[in-house]
Amino acid sequence: MTEYNFAYLDEPTKKMIRRAILKGLAVPGYQVPFASREMPMPYGWGTGGVQVTAACLVPEDRLKVIDQGADDTTNAVSIRAFFARVAGVATTTRTREATLIQTRHRIPETPLSPDQILVYQVPIPEPLRFLEPRETETRRMHALEEYGLMHVKLYEDIARHGAIATSYAYPALVNGRHVLDPSPIPRFDNPKLESPAIQLFGAGREQRIYAIPPFTRVVSLDFEDHPFEASKAEGACALCGATTSYLDEIVADDAGTRRFQCSDTDYCAERRA
Amino acid sequence: MNAETMSEAPLLSVRGLTKRYGGRIGCAEVDLDLWPGEVLGIVGESGSGKSTLLACLAGHLEADGGTARYDGRDVLTLPEPERRRLARTDWAFVHQHARDGLRMNVSAGGNVGERLMAGGARHYGDIRATAEDWLARVEIDPARIDDRPSQFSGGMQQRLQIARGLVTGPRLVLMDEPTGGLDVSVQARLLDLLRGLVRRMGLAAIVVTHDIGVVRLLADRLMVMKDGRVVEAGLTDRVLDDPQHGYTQLLVSSVLPT
Ligand SMILES: [Zn+2]
Repeated sequence: MTEYNFAYLDEPTKKMIRRAILKGLAVPGYQVPFASREMPMPYGWGTGGVQVTAACLVPEDRLKVIDQGADDTTNAVSIRAFFARVAGVATTTRTREATLIQTRHRIPETPLSPDQILVYQVPIPEPLRFLEPRETETRRMHALEEYGLMHVKLYEDIARHGAIATSYAYPALVNGRHVLDPSPIPRFDNPKLESPAIQLFGAGREQRIYAIPPFTRVVSLDFEDHPFEASKAEGACALCGATTSYLDEIVADDAGTRRFQCSDTDYCAERRA
Repeated sequence: MNAETMSEAPLLSVRGLTKRYGGRIGCAEVDLDLWPGEVLGIVGESGSGKSTLLACLAGHLEADGGTARYDGRDVLTLPEPERRRLARTDWAFVHQHARDGLRMNVSAGGNVGERLMAGGARHYGDIRATAEDWLARVEIDPARIDDRPSQFSGGMQQRLQIARGLVTGPRLVLMDEPTGGLDVSVQARLLDLLRGLVRRMGLAAIVVTHDIGVVRLLADRLMVMKDGRVVEAGLTDRVLDDPQHGYTQLLVSSVLPT
């Protein structure tokens, strides 16, 4: 590990990323461009989140990494091992004990605290891209607060499915100003975007960083007659019995028996302990 | 126009509008006044500057000189946020090619509803009801509200584009060859529809076309452009029945290439 600087990235790079993070915190939801570096892992493996994590880590940190709520997937294990090696930081699977949590596609069930940082891996940072592929135009729309198109997307959803069918990456208005894509978290997690913790979003391939400061107002977009709902599968976790956590449906045996279990493995384990 | 409308101030007043493309003139020193509820036709062959003039007014091109006062403000120097707000509320633009004015991957209802949602409409049922009403007004079966424009004929796409623009009740509509590329029978139906909408809504409109038949049917007044300049202007009937300029005489006798 001596061949790397602490947390892999060199100090000037970390400084550049920290500047982008601070700018992101100063303008909640605004996508700050940054010069994404090559990381020793392919895009799609959270290179944006990894760079944000690297820029935030200090030796005293205790790092948790989750993928779809689980600490034990290949992606989560690799990133955790990576930072244990290049930063020598302590790691944990316990949400309560972590000082920095890097996540792909979930927000932990256990409420976060003001001394924690949540880092999201973001594949597509631009919420307007679905209907407006031109980057010059989407930037102008953000600058001028022209967000009618976001509601066109939701309108299309209702017209086609009878209800807002967007169940992941559900767009939200941050601090009454910028609409952001919260990364592909289930919309069940959207209410948790209003959090005491610092939330940082890193998109490596697209070279964007954005942020939600603690206790910032985050409103999921909707219509008066089709209000936002933080929906999830009806049922209870087969392991811990939880009915209020986000549940994954899994095939339990060769006979095709289906059952639910908490997507947040730490939350489930804590309930069973 | 009656005496009452004549007594009002012009809705749009253009003076000395000039646009150059390098050393070449796009349009030069164009003056025009448009009163509320009036339709102004601009005719000329391609390269005459008529589309350049329209594009400058719409903000699609930046003019090199002149003023265009609308509601007492020069729209040519309006800050971009205000210009865009104007463009999606009080003005509408009808493109020659419907695909330039429509979102082809969004349903007809979403296309018509976009300007409402951009203006803050947040009730799905109301937006949909308004979209259905507008589809009917442009003679599209409201049952097709969830179809995409790609499933529509060229004439329907053009009518959908008109509904998308008029849904916010604009006062000024800019049209660039609105019937271009359509079959003759489809053109006639579209012109009838446009004439009815313009009259009923009291719209002011500028219609740019090379088609004398279009302006004969739609326009109260006519401007003839050649090589970037206005060569003749007047009441449509007068200009068409008694053209003064030699070029207009050629244009009316339809010997010019389009
Ligand atoms: Zn559980």
